[in-house]
This record gives sequence, structure tokens and C-alpha cells, in this order.
Amino acid sequence: MTEVDLAQTPLRELNAALHVPGVAGGWRVLNPRGAHALAVGIDAPIEVDIDGHAGYYCAGMNKHATVRVHGNAGVGVAENIMSGTVVVEGNASQSAGASGRGGLLIIRGSASARCGISMKGVDIVVQGSVGHMSAFMAQRGRLVVCGDAGDALGDSIYEARLYVRGSVAGLGADCVEKEMRDENRDELGALLERAGVDDCSVSDFRRYGSARRLYNFDVDHAGEY
Amino acid sequence: MLREGAIFDRHAIAEIQRAAREGIYDIRGFGAKRRLPHFDDLVFLGASVSRYPLEGYRERCDTDVVLGDRNASKPLHLKIPITIAGMSFGALSAPAKEALGRGASAVGTSTTTGDGGMTPEEREHSSMLVYQLLPSRYGMNPDDLRKADAIEIVVGQGAKPGGGGMLLGQKISDRVAEMRDLPKGIDQRSACRHPDWTGPDDMEIKIQELREITDWEKPIFVKVGATRPYYDVALAVKAGADVVVLDGMQGGTAATQEVFIEHVGIPTLAAIRPAVEALTELGMHRKVQLVVSGGIRSGADVAKALALGADAVSIGVAAIIALGDNSPEHEEGYRAIGSAAGFYDDWHEGRDPAGISTQDDELAARFDAELGGRRLANYLRTLTLETQTLARACGKSHVHNLEPEDLVALTVEAAAMARVPLAGTTWVPGADGS
Repeated sequence: MTEVDLAQTPLRELNAALHVPGVAGGWRVLNPRGAHALAVGIDAPIEVDIDGHAGYYCAGMNKHATVRVHGNAGVGVAENIMSGTVVVEGNASQSAGASGRGGLLIIRGSASARCGISMKGVDIVVQGSVGHMSAFMAQRGRLVVCGDAGDALGDSIYEARLYVRGSVAGLGADCVEKEMRDENRDELGALLERAGVDDCSVSDFRRYGSARRLYNFDVDHAGEY
Repeated sequence: MLREGAIFDRHAIAEIQRAAREGIYDIRGFGAKRRLPHFDDLVFLGASVSRYPLEGYRERCDTDVVLGDRNASKPLHLKIPITIAGMSFGALSAPAKEALGRGASAVGTSTTTGDGGMTPEEREHSSMLVYQLLPSRYGMNPDDLRKADAIEIVVGQGAKPGGGGMLLGQKISDRVAEMRDLPKGIDQRSACRHPDWTGPDDMEIKIQELREITDWEKPIFVKVGATRPYYDVALAVKAGADVVVLDGMQGGTAATQEVFIEHVGIPTLAAIRPAVEALTELGMHRKVQLVVSGGIRSGADVAKALALGADAVSIGVAAIIALGDNSPEHEEGYRAIGSAAGFYDDWHEGRDPAGISTQDDELAARFDAELGGRRLANYLRTLTLETQTLARACGKSHVHNLEPEDLVALTVEAAAMARVPLAGTTWVPGADGS
């Protein structure tokens, strides 16, 4: 286990060390104190534990690594994640998992607005609730919300699949509730298991996705935007 | 006697009739087509009794420029002050993107990706490639970020400040769809705001993240459409940009609503001096480089932009015209789709007879990337020679030594916008509150 104390070590040295080819093992980051761009751009199957709160873009563009934030995370945690796993033990601010293209983002608490915005293949499991405009323009991947979803869920959604256990304040343009089929129950169950969520029943969730009415210009649908 | 209305002219009438028929705004490519105050409204004074020129074919007039040496450990060293603007794979065919790389590399300058990610072809054929980070984040990944020579955060573009990208279904082929994580054949409309930041304070943190991911090697550009250049440039500098790219309203687009192209943003001519003023006030002129685009056609335009304070210019529309777009050799093809060489702007339809703005394999196969690259290189060399010719005539041993004092304006509007005297007078409208 390599320990890096950000009270002593500049952020640039931490990230540079995490980018060294062949980097391995476990890493523990002490005194993060809400620093931005923590553990970004990792491309190795390492484990990084951040002991405290993280600022913007923690674990941004992550590949292969497992990054755990033992606190809350600021805007854009795991933005553009490619693979690996990012876990936020507390709450996450806006745009969690934004434009993520793969991997898994787990938020033990709640996520603020625009969770999963522009997601392109990432899987996101939020044990609490998500704010408004979550999964805006979501292209691919799955968003699981064990609590409630705010207004305009899935606005202008493409092919991402959304699962919400609690209430949905409102659906965005072209987002509709869809039938929960067996394959949906199977993938949801697998996602909950991967995320270590064992206090939710698959049967309590409802599924949402694209009505695909806005995929091509049609003047008769112009009013739906 | 027939009389055409000045207000309801043929274009206005046709557009009303089209809107009534189709019920949707007109979408097209190219840039603003209406008459705007432009570089044509300026002339160089050249040498005189009080200024002596340099010999046109004997004395050196250097053209090199370094972009991004403020914070990046690996800035771009360009041999000429003319770069290729961002144009997406999707908007353009893969061979066309390759040709842009070939042409730019042949003369020692950079090219730029676009709203669709980086293709292996353009990386392979571009000695210096700028990778755009756009609101859509299509294809964005850290591997390409590290392969890039610079990163350009796109806030906006001159053709549509405040608008997102647009690529209609005809051009969403299997490969384009895969790169963008989208279903094939949909009308793709990109977001106009970035998904994970809003405003200059957030942008500063975004820049920090990009630097950390790439270990502070890559220059970070910020591209803005020309709207409020004084404030936008100042805020970009404050956020940590190494280079500001300022795109005037004449800047091109592959597909945008015509109402947007013609009615949003300010002309390139009007944008440069406020941008330079902001840089100068911050002590950052020539430290944070200013790249100007939007309507650059000739070495005269390049020289005038540099004289007004730009460090380099960027070309898009002119570059694809150099590749062969709108060429008379395709006249028959243009006629067949209801257009004509010199007028074709329906780049969004993907039916380009020249094989440039298309994803149709058959059309794209008509385009010869090697020949296109040579034509672009020839054009870039010509622009450079023309720029040097004008600089030498003004007695400058480097094109960056051109200055506003070398210019006068032919119209009151241009004098006010470029902040140079009206020709034959000492009057700079607005300079002293007049």
C-alpha cells in the first residue's frame, strides 16, 4: 500500500505517479481536502482509496482502476469513465458519470442534478436519489436509482436504460416508461449485485427509456422539445 | 418594368415559400453568405518615404509561430501562422480528413479533429493534431487525449455561438454511429453546453483536470464564437487557456440553421481588436496566443488578421474548397442535386459529388486523399507567400511584426471595428468617444 498525503505532496506528483507505466498495487490518498482532479486519467488495474472528500472530476477518464472516495465527491465524479469501478461512499454533486463510456460508478448516497448526463455506456448505480435532468441525452449504458428521480428524467434520451425504484418527479422529452421484461430484471439484478446492493428487490423498480419519436426531424413532433 | 424588392428580394420570398411548404427552418452548411464588414474593407499602406520595405525575394520574412508555451511542456511549433480548423469525421469523409492532415503536415502546420472523435487516418497523417473537447464528448477518450498534440476546449463556434453540432441521419453511417455511441441514421443534435461544467470558474477546473490527465504536456486551447470577445478572451485567460481561438460569424459549419448562421455573432473584423485589448490589458498578448478564424480566404486576409494582433489564423471552409469542394470539375454532379459549383452548401445532406462532405462510400471513393492533400499544401503555401509579400512591403522581417499602423480602412464601419483610420484621414471612429 502506497500512501500519499496531499498535505505534503502536490497533486501533480500524485497523478504523475499514478500514470507511470506499470503502476501497481494499492494506493491511499490522505488529506484530499476537496482537491479537484484527484486520481484522474489512470490506466491500470490498481486500487486507490481517497480518505475524505473529493472536489471536481475525481477519477475522471478512469480506465481499469478501482477508485473509492471515502467521503463526498464534487462535480463530474468519474466523468468520461472508460472502464474500472468508482465508488463514492457519500453523496455526489452534479454530473456524476457524465459522458462515461464504460465501467461502473456506484454512489452509496444520493447524486445531484444531471447524474449520468450524456452517458455513453457506463453503468451507474445510485443507492439514494438523483436530481433533475438526470440521464439527459443518455446514449448508452444503464442508470439504476434506488431512491427517487428528480424532474425531467431522461430528457432527449437515446438508447440508455433507466431503472428507478422510487418516484419520478417527471419524465423529460421523449422519455417513457417501458415494460419490465425478464431480460431487464436479469440485467438489473446483476447490476445491483455488482454494486453490492442487497436491500432492494428487482420487482420494486420501473424501467424508462426512449420513445424514439425525436430521432429524426418531424415537424409534427416539434412541440415535444 | 419588373422591380425586385430590396426587403422582399428573391431569396426572402423563396424562403417564406419554403418555410410554408416544409414547416421547418432551413439547414445548410458553409458560413454567413450575406455582405459583412470584412478584411476587404482594409488596405495596407506599404512602404513610403518614412518606412522602407524589404526585398521581396531576397530578405527574410519569417512565418513561424509557437502555440501554447505558457503552461505546456510540449507547445506546438508551427512553420506557418495558418492552421486547419476543427471539422468532424462525420461531417467530412475519412479520406477528406486524411487529406487535411496530409496538406497541413506538408507545410508544417496543425490540423484539428471535430465533433466526432479522432480517426486513426487523421492521426497518422497529421504531424500536429489538435483534439477537440466538445459538449457532445463523442468519441472522447483518454488514449486519444494523450495521442493529441494539443487539446481544444470548444465553447462555441462562429457559425452558431450558443448552438450545438448537428449531423443529420443521412450521414450517420455505421462507423460514425459507432464512434459517437449513437443509433445509425438518427438526426444527431449535439448539446450546446458541456455536460460537466458551466461558466469560467468551472472551466478553470476542467482545464486543470485535462492538464493532470496529460501530465501538463499539452497546450490547452479554448475556442469561442465571436460574441463578446473582450470578456470571453479575458475569462479564458483567467481560466488558464494557453491559446484562445476566436471564430467570427463568417466561420463555416457542416450543418446549422441558416437563421443561426446569418444572425448570431459578430464579424471576424469586429472581434479581433477587443480580443487583443483584453490580452494586452492582462499582459498576455503574445503569451497567450490568439488564433483567429472566420472568412480567411487569401494571404491578404491572413496578413490583416495578424496586423490586427492575431498570432495565427485558422481556416475551414477555404481548406475544403482547396481539397476540391465546389470545384467546376463536379458541375454535372452539382446540377444533378439541384445546386451548382460555387454555390453548393447542402453539406448536411451527404450527397457531395466531390466526396468530401459525405459518408457515402461510393461518393467518398471519388476523392483522392493524396491529391487533395497536395492541393491543400499548395494553397497553404500560396497563403504564406502572399502574407510574406505584404509583410515585406510593410518592411517586416516577421509576419508578426505587422501592426495596426500598417492598415487603413475603406469604410467608416471597418475603421470603427478594426480601430484603424479611415483612409486618407486620421479619423478612427469611436476611438475618442466620437
